[in-house]
Amino acid sequence: MTRATIDEVWAWLAEVPDPEIPAISLVDLGIIRAVDWDGDTLAVTVTPTYSGCPATSLINFEIERALREHGVEKIALKRQISPPWTTDWLSEEGRAKLEAYGIAPPQPAGGPDKCPHCGGTNVERISQFGSTPCKAQWRCKDCLEPFDYFKCI
Amino acid sequence: MDTALFEFCLRMGDNTLVLGHRVSEWCGHAPVLEEDIALANTALDLIGQTQFWLGLAGEVEGKGRDADTLAFRRDAWDFRSVLLVEQPNGDFGQTMMRQFLFDAWQSLMLDRLKDSSDVRVKAIAEKASKEVAYHLDRSRDTVVGLGDGTAESHSRMQAALDKLYPYVGELFGADEIDAEIAERGIAPLPADLRGAYDALIADIMAEATLTIPDSRWTHTGGRDGTRHSEHLGHMLTEMQWLQRAYPDARW
Repeated sequence: MTRATIDEVWAWLAEVPDPEIPAISLVDLGIIRAVDWDGDTLAVTVTPTYSGCPATSLINFEIERALREHGVEKIALKRQISPPWTTDWLSEEGRAKLEAYGIAPPQPAGGPDKCPHCGGTNVERISQFGSTPCKAQWRCKDCLEPFDYFKCI
Repeated sequence: MDTALFEFCLRMGDNTLVLGHRVSEWCGHAPVLEEDIALANTALDLIGQTQFWLGLAGEVEGKGRDADTLAFRRDAWDFRSVLLVEQPNGDFGQTMMRQFLFDAWQSLMLDRLKDSSDVRVKAIAEKASKEVAYHLDRSRDTVVGLGDGTAESHSRMQAALDKLYPYVGELFGADEIDAEIAERGIAPLPADLRGAYDALIADIMAEATLTIPDSRWTHTGGRDGTRHSEHLGHMLTEMQWLQRAYPDARW
């Protein structure tokens, strides 16, 4: 087959959902750091969100599967930990998708600015940690619903 | 083989491995669901950091041992973790006191490692320090909340501090390995962190209305592997059970 362009590969990867938060893609999450052809091998550089995130191996598996479905035969996945992942790398689109999904996007202030369900600003923290390493638990005192907040790191 | 760097990586990685396993023992047992989740997440971060440190240790050693092999196929005397982290969980307060005493040290250490002369050490420190800053926030708040809480929680936190403080000094131990690592600019001398550590601990304990014991006498023997407490062996029989029962098992 002819080699896909780098832009095409990015578009394919933008279709791969994050296994823990399927509302956003791996590209939205900002963990795909580089895509390069090295001869006939496609090299994809991935950075982990948290050191112990159990989704990391599944993410690599999903990347490989998506690329194979598009006919790429030789794939090299590289792990890169420096510079470390930051929530600044979440795409604008990703932030909007998170909010629509019911997860408050990260804020530099260290907490959500509003409830992703009702938009109320009367929110309080329940716990610094949540259902995945990247989230904390908050609740809205207006609509009384708990919600996940994507931690800002 | 670069023995000093190998030993240094084991010291870093065995601390996070042993503490990570200890904290994971709370999974399903914490006093409330939110704390259970928080402890499990902390354990997960620590185990993740272990993969980096022990992965690098294996690479430096160059004998084909990876992080899993180092974690699961060594016995107690080959571990280089400090005695503090192998101490049993005790009650929730004791677990959080141990966590705070360790987090305070680890955050100071990682901050300095961000300037390491070894790019691999520097990269791990950059990654881990973000997670550890978060751990420290939580353990500090919990120590203050429980210390300056009810009479019951206060007395338990004071008992935890009295029990664990005699293990703190080992974090600042110094031997030829520390000297060589510092000389090469890989890490600071552990003793150089003591001033900042003492200041941080003093602030938080004052806020928590807890009294730091007068004596600086410390148990030693973990970070050089000469005299681990009996607790580590018991912990390893559980942690390494599968790999001991079924060597080379794959799934």
